[in-house]
Amino acid sequence: MEGLSSLSGAQKDELMDQVKQQIAVANAQELLTKITEKCFKKCISKPGTSLDSSEQKCIAMCMDRYMDSWNLISKAYSNRIQRERSRM
Amino acid sequence: MADYGDSLSSLEGKGDKELQEFLMVEKQKAQFNAQIHEFNDFCWEKCVEKPSNKLDSKTETCLTNCVDRFIDVSLLITNRFAQLLQKSGGM
Repeated sequence: MEGLSSLSGAQKDELMDQVKQQIAVANAQELLTKITEKCFKKCISKPGTSLDSSEQKCIAMCMDRYMDSWNLISKAYSNRIQRERSRM
Repeated sequence: MADYGDSLSSLEGKGDKELQEFLMVEKQKAQFNAQIHEFNDFCWEKCVEKPSNKLDSKTETCLTNCVDRFIDVSLLITNRFAQLLQKSGGM
């Protein structure tokens, strides 16, 4: 990590892009792991020899709803942060 | 996500101003995201029954309330804990 202060402008931009990208990948991985875990729990009550079509449908719906929920909670959380800020 | 916070903070203080500011903002965004993952994890358990075509309004209200009440509980416990510390003569 030596010499970070002597990076050129272009190197700095590249570094920032990399950091952003790695965070985005980590975020997507976290979301995928969570969705798999939650939707397996909701949709597969008794694992059979294959995923039947109703299970697949349930998984697809569950995934969409999990992301709806994510967006809703993100909105609720940022609203709350704003409210707390304006109270200070 | 916690790993990211750690490796980001080890970069801080070594770069120049622009990098430091960039990392601070990214770190805050990452913490915000990590918090939403956590909220969504347990509010989903509390509020969502069988997944259907859309989140019904009852579920949506439950999810929003879940976030706000969790923060209320967290603030309440923090305050009460601080009071307990003070009463016991502080640490």
